[in-house]
Amino acid sequence: MAQVTSPPKPAEVVSPAPARRYSSDAAGLGRLRAGAFVAPALALIAVFLVFPALWVIYLGLTNYRLTGAAAAEPQFVGLDNFVKAVTDPEFWDSTWLTFQFVLGSAVIGQVVLGFTLAWMLKDRRGTLKSVVEGLVILAWILPSAVVSFLWVALLDRDAGTLNALLGIPGFAWLLDHPMLSIIIFNTWRGTAFSMMLYGAALGNVPPSHLESARLAGASGWQQLRDVVFPHIRGHILTNLLLISLWTFNDFSPFLLTAGGPDGKSEVLAVHVYKVALQNGDLGYGAAISTVILLINLVVAVFYLRLLRSKK
Amino acid sequence: MTRTWAGRIGFYTLIAVLLAFFTIPLLWLAAAPFTSDPTYEVRMPDFTFENFQTIIEHPYALGSLVNSLILAIGTALLVVVLSALAAYALSRVRIPGRDALLYALLLLSSIITGTAAMVPLFQLAIELGLIDSHTGLILILTGGLLPAAIFMIKDFMDATPKSYEESARVFGASPLQIVRHVVTPVVRPGLATIAVWTIANVWGNFLMPFLLLSDVEKQPAAVIMYTLYTEGGQANLRVLSTFGLLYSVPVVLMYLFVSKKYGFRFHGGIKR
Amino acid sequence: MAAIELRGLTKVYPGGVKALDSLDLTVPDGEFFALLGPSGCGKTTLLRTIAGLETATGGAVVIGGRDVTGVQPGGRDIAMVFQDYALFPHMDVSDNIAYPLRIKKVPKAARHAKAAEVGARLGLEQLMDRRPGQLSGGQQQRVALARVMATQAQAFLFDEPLSNLDARLRLEARTFLKKLQRELGVTTVFVTHDQAEALAMADRMAVMEAGHIRQIGTPAEVFQRPANTFVAAFIGSTPMNLLDAVVRGDTLEVAGCKLPVPASAEGLLTEGEKLVYGVRPEYMTYSAQPVDGSLTGGVVILENLGASHLVTLDVAGVLVQAVVPEGHEPALGEQGYAVPRGDRALVYRDGELVTA
Ligand SMILES: Nc1ncnc2c1ncn2[C@@H]1O[C@H](COP(=O)(O)OP(=O)(O)O)[C@@H](O)[C@H]1O
Ligand SMILES: [Mg+2]
Repeated sequence: MAQVTSPPKPAEVVSPAPARRYSSDAAGLGRLRAGAFVAPALALIAVFLVFPALWVIYLGLTNYRLTGAAAAEPQFVGLDNFVKAVTDPEFWDSTWLTFQFVLGSAVIGQVVLGFTLAWMLKDRRGTLKSVVEGLVILAWILPSAVVSFLWVALLDRDAGTLNALLGIPGFAWLLDHPMLSIIIFNTWRGTAFSMMLYGAALGNVPPSHLESARLAGASGWQQLRDVVFPHIRGHILTNLLLISLWTFNDFSPFLLTAGGPDGKSEVLAVHVYKVALQNGDLGYGAAISTVILLINLVVAVFYLRLLRSKK
Repeated sequence: MTRTWAGRIGFYTLIAVLLAFFTIPLLWLAAAPFTSDPTYEVRMPDFTFENFQTIIEHPYALGSLVNSLILAIGTALLVVVLSALAAYALSRVRIPGRDALLYALLLLSSIITGTAAMVPLFQLAIELGLIDSHTGLILILTGGLLPAAIFMIKDFMDATPKSYEESARVFGASPLQIVRHVVTPVVRPGLATIAVWTIANVWGNFLMPFLLLSDVEKQPAAVIMYTLYTEGGQANLRVLSTFGLLYSVPVVLMYLFVSKKYGFRFHGGIKR
Repeated sequence: MAAIELRGLTKVYPGGVKALDSLDLTVPDGEFFALLGPSGCGKTTLLRTIAGLETATGGAVVIGGRDVTGVQPGGRDIAMVFQDYALFPHMDVSDNIAYPLRIKKVPKAARHAKAAEVGARLGLEQLMDRRPGQLSGGQQQRVALARVMATQAQAFLFDEPLSNLDARLRLEARTFLKKLQRELGVTTVFVTHDQAEALAMADRMAVMEAGHIRQIGTPAEVFQRPANTFVAAFIGSTPMNLLDAVVRGDTLEVAGCKLPVPASAEGLLTEGEKLVYGVRPEYMTYSAQPVDGSLTGGVVILENLGASHLVTLDVAGVLVQAVVPEGHEPALGEQGYAVPRGDRALVYRDGELVTA
């Protein structure tokens, strides 16, 4: 027990007040007011983000159409739309094209180019670095409608700069190699993100580790393999998941080729648009959207797992 | 010695190739607007400003830039205010189920993309009479950007010491006074970041206005740009190049401003 | 001005940490009171509960005769200086000092006049237009003090007000703070983990351990007569000698030496009882010649304390320390004799002071 060696003067009379509870967070906001702060944002998210996601699942189970009889009174058709998708070669074609698009432009193109740039510019300062970084970032921040047209101009068969440089006038990139075109386009467009992420990651590799590897006589490739990759493995995985997700949902190929010619560059994002809003088959389009949503969910959960395990 | 020389030559060759890859597509945008009669070819411009005259005379060009501005500013205001309020409450008060809510928000914002939700959003806009309405589009864009914005701004709030607010509280400030006098000024850089991020997102967004605005008078620059080069006949390259440049300049200025002021630090979610 | 009274104050954090365990404490009007204890013992929690930033789980806080347990922090008429000072980074010094008055709706001109007056008193005239980021640690601390002075509150609460200053500045600020409190006469509770700071500044102090108060008293009382071995070990810049002892007739057997029973414990001990004998190194007289009633052993360590030396003797395997004045320090390895001052030596039974 406390031992008082020097007792203070006796306390004065106290008027007891009823002990009231009040909120003890930093600003004294209290749960009620905190709820009111959160509510408007949650309401908008609920109406314009969550509800559409749920509704797309419902729509996918109907034969809803943009016009005609089924527009007025849609019928519940169960899993018909999904069965149709699974048996529709166009759906599988589109899925295969999307896979090529993600693999080629994101997993290979952006990652390799982004890492190469980050690695080459790692220890540099000054003009060269800012010019290269600035241009790569410019490709990323310009509006997609503008850059798409720049590529239309670049790839034009008659007067395009690319054919002029390569000396092959009349080569129809967008008609004869539409997938290659959109893959290179998207690599060009999206490399900045990977470059910056790897730049930040490489900055976190302790210089002393690299130096001791160099003192031990490791070659550039050995340094990468033994020192750098083990350090940035988490960043690589994060990067891969994010850009795959974004590329998978990217609509800008539409701006370059509109899915053509003849569906040869019709990735899923464009396929949904064509089926649902151009052909008016909203129910079937919604079913494909549901599939996209599910694939997104798998990738995102995987990504969040990863984030959590890192913490 | 030879090895370092070879290394250097290799380095500069590779840099030159990469630099060319990233520069060549952009050259046309720099040259054509100042060329009298531009073609798809990149030529040395003759530095005319006539093309800008044609833009002023174009029926939809300037109007569409104004539309883009309305959409961007409107969405940015809504996103900044709503995300700041929500993030503040989530950062400072133990609301039951807070962590689950944050996790759900993060998950939702990454899986419900424009591509996945275009059918129901189109439907919803029709049902609510929000087709051809700037307000409707702003609300839809806000709903999509809010989760990520709440996340980013909550990071800023979490990094702000609570003692600022507690100190004001001991002096007798009310919660609203604390938010006005202390919290808002302290997290202002965070709010600016969110505003810039939102504006950049909305300014470049093509899919949503393309789906939801059919009235040419209301369409933003992204849609007009697309219309200009796809709608029948020979594309008018004078208008296209100049309009593309005008439409791009604000983004570049904003990027320069941000990188000057805050340094273009890496934000995982700066763009989706 | 007002007294602060705590009755059975208990604080349990969500998650179950019991930071304060039924504390009773009275700080009379105008007193400069120190809360001392190792880190994690609940000092900050106690201060924050007085301020109302934490709601009490049980018990009552009474300020100036008014039960404020359920009153918001802003309604308690107190002012607090935080450990990080919590100066608003976006306001200049003048606005920072005037902020409490802005909340009280004092007109702009009046509150800035008051800020200027308080600022001048603390030597801040030249700094009124600066932002906190442009001030040194010592200047920031004075701005934080000016800001609480401007409130004219009934009581001040300081959480480790000096711990962010470097050692030199800390001594200056200590003197300054004590003088200021004298002049203002405002009841002040300040928290510190530095026993020297508490001894130097406080009128009275409380020593805390794990949510309990282990002793309350003036610095002299706490230093000279620690109420238990916890306080004895915690207070003092050189730790007190706490040695196992057995009662043998009218002497105590400590490390094989025979010492007289200290004056404070005379007549209170029973034969054969096992106790702890406590004496501060400062209260030992060192001698190189054999003396009766001394602790005897070889000198194993010599530490220079500036104006004196700390000598460590190995007394039959037990280490005993004594402070020796300048010029009288022994050589290493020589035989030494340390005689405790009978009126300052203490005896502890089961960790508590044996006293009449
Ligand atoms: N907000 C909190 N939630 C849970 N436990 C806390 C919190 N703040 C402090 N504690 C715990 O209460 C005890 C006392 O902490 P504190 O009052 O900060 O100690 P001191 O200021 O004496 O170092 C510690 O064990 C600490 O871990
Ligand atoms: Mg503390």
